[in-house]
Amino acid sequence: MAAGNNGSEKPRLAVFKFASCDGCQLALLSLEDELVALAGAVEIAYFLEARTQTSEGPYDVALVEGSITTPEDRQRIQEVRRQAKYLVTIGACATAGGIQALRNWKDVEEFTRTVYATPRYIETLAESLPVSAHVKVDFQLNGCPINKYQLLEVLTALLIGRTPHLPAHSVCVECKRRGAVCVMVAQGTPCLGPLTHAGCGAICPAFRRGCYGCFGPMEAPNADALTTQLQAAGATPEQIVRMLRGFTGFAEAFRKASERWEKTSP
Amino acid sequence: MTVKKASVKTVAPRTLKVDYLTRVEGEGGLYVRVEDGAVRDVKLNIFEPPRFFEAFLRGRHLQEVPDIAARICGICPVAYQMSAVHALEAALGVKPGPEIRALRRLLYCAEWMESHALHIYLLHAPDFLGYESGVALAAEHPKEVERGLRLKKAGNRLLELLGGRATHPVSVCVGGFYKTPRKRDLLALRSELEWALGAAEETAQWVAGFQFPKFEAEYEFVCLSHPDEYPMNEGRIVSSDGVDVAVTDFEKLFKETQVKHSTALHSVRADRKTSYHVGPLARINLNFEKLTPRAKAAAKASGIGWPSRNPFTSIVARAVELVHACEEALALMDAYQEPERSRVECSLRAGEGAAATEAPRGTLYHRYRINDQGLVEYAKIVPPTSQNLHRMEDDLRLFLPGVLERPEAEITAMCEQLIRNYDPCISCSTHFLKLKVDRG
Repeated sequence: MAAGNNGSEKPRLAVFKFASCDGCQLALLSLEDELVALAGAVEIAYFLEARTQTSEGPYDVALVEGSITTPEDRQRIQEVRRQAKYLVTIGACATAGGIQALRNWKDVEEFTRTVYATPRYIETLAESLPVSAHVKVDFQLNGCPINKYQLLEVLTALLIGRTPHLPAHSVCVECKRRGAVCVMVAQGTPCLGPLTHAGCGAICPAFRRGCYGCFGPMEAPNADALTTQLQAAGATPEQIVRMLRGFTGFAEAFRKASERWEKTSP
Repeated sequence: MTVKKASVKTVAPRTLKVDYLTRVEGEGGLYVRVEDGAVRDVKLNIFEPPRFFEAFLRGRHLQEVPDIAARICGICPVAYQMSAVHALEAALGVKPGPEIRALRRLLYCAEWMESHALHIYLLHAPDFLGYESGVALAAEHPKEVERGLRLKKAGNRLLELLGGRATHPVSVCVGGFYKTPRKRDLLALRSELEWALGAAEETAQWVAGFQFPKFEAEYEFVCLSHPDEYPMNEGRIVSSDGVDVAVTDFEKLFKETQVKHSTALHSVRADRKTSYHVGPLARINLNFEKLTPRAKAAAKASGIGWPSRNPFTSIVARAVELVHACEEALALMDAYQEPERSRVECSLRAGEGAAATEAPRGTLYHRYRINDQGLVEYAKIVPPTSQNLHRMEDDLRLFLPGVLERPEAEITAMCEQLIRNYDPCISCSTHFLKLKVDRG
């Protein structure tokens, strides 16, 4: 299933942006040691942040950054899907709706009035949703931002036709491997590490703070067990809801857990 | 095919339209209408979807704000963290000690290095040398681009040491840092920073040799100014027109206005509704004497007459600041003493606080009101790019009449280059609107 075309043509890579901060596509440019080699191995056919020349699809791999938040983007993602052999979402916005998905629990019209003097000029959807809510996604990369080496692994794997090797365990495993002290056990600091997908290298515990879940929920997380423990350690339901509603708060496991806790708060 | 292209389209004989500006952070377009040889209309069309940070920050705890505000921009997250913590500390009446202050400056130096190297080498230099991208430039100027990438990496390595990762670092909190670095770990980066300082000087020399289009404008340059140091985290708001006010007066001085048929809120002088210019050129023009010795030497050797009113020389200003950031980072590393405590205690109280810091692309203002539970009640964020947007349009209006006789592709390329002078970060979308064309 190599992503490249047969023959001498180089595989064609495209990068598309929706509602986001640019930080995940920046990961490509932050591959300082690999960028020139990568540009030699693939044709960077569409990457507005990096180059002026663009060429039409179809593309072998489309990297999609950002969540879908406007009527126009809802159309555009369909077109990206049609043009892409493999569609890979990069980062928390594209994969889970991003921090801007906080609007999903609020009144977006009130948000618009709050930020903009003339709200009628704004066209926006009530919800910020992940790309997978609109089109089929072939592979998802977690993180706010993504880990650039995971991006390189996914690109390499797709180009040579194997499955990307990415860890499926929690941040706790990375934390132990790093030799960091458990902030929950040692300091009583609330931490989402036990629920969160690995990939960051457990940087927050290494900086003596709790994980804030930016790589999203791991497979089959036990949110009830952790959040019950957080409450026993003194966290209020409001604090637990805020903790779960971060950069990946609209991912299913975090969303369901936060909605359960919201019902328990007065 | 609705996947948009960056190509130029001739809409009418005298209309220029660039659907997607490239080599800028975030997405925007440009529309120009010319009638009878005169420029009638210039619009920077920003279609970056609104993300409503100021709305959803309400109800969040103040310690969550630095992490959330960072997500406004993936290129300059530290700037958002710095403006947020200083504004929130002002609201709490907290002042971290000198070690924390120095470490925050070091963190900012690292971001200036990473952001300036990215913009100079991969986004802006290709314009001056006639390439369509940094990658194309690398094919024929590999030595220069390798130098740029290594400079960028040096900044990123410092960010990773201080903050865990280069994009959206995790170490900054209200009151200081979650954890401060060991001196020996900082010194392990010293030799790379020494290399970077030399490479930054070579960068300044390299870009000073570019051809700069002949163009000058009467700018009001605006930035922070501090009595003892080149502006980063604190100072008064000053301008080339004689403004000198406390940061708390920012909103009296500047006002965000909505222009009819425009795509974005434009920040203008509140009194006379004029545009102004923030960023490296403003900082150097107004703080030349505060540059580090080698940065000052690089600025003088560039042959540019400072203060410079040619916006195309901003690439030199950026390179001079790259020298400054490397030189100051080395000095901060050498002087660094591990603080006994990484952060000061913050007891909660209701209050309001404002702060401005110097993001790589210009002054970034934040104001927050918090309640006695530490929850945000009100947030206002004015990013540098929304302050420069009006100025970019003014520049285009002045610049276009001089180049209208040239082929359209060339005019378009020059307009894009002019916009890139400001290193616009369009993803800082807190205030950007979507264009709606009135066909009535």
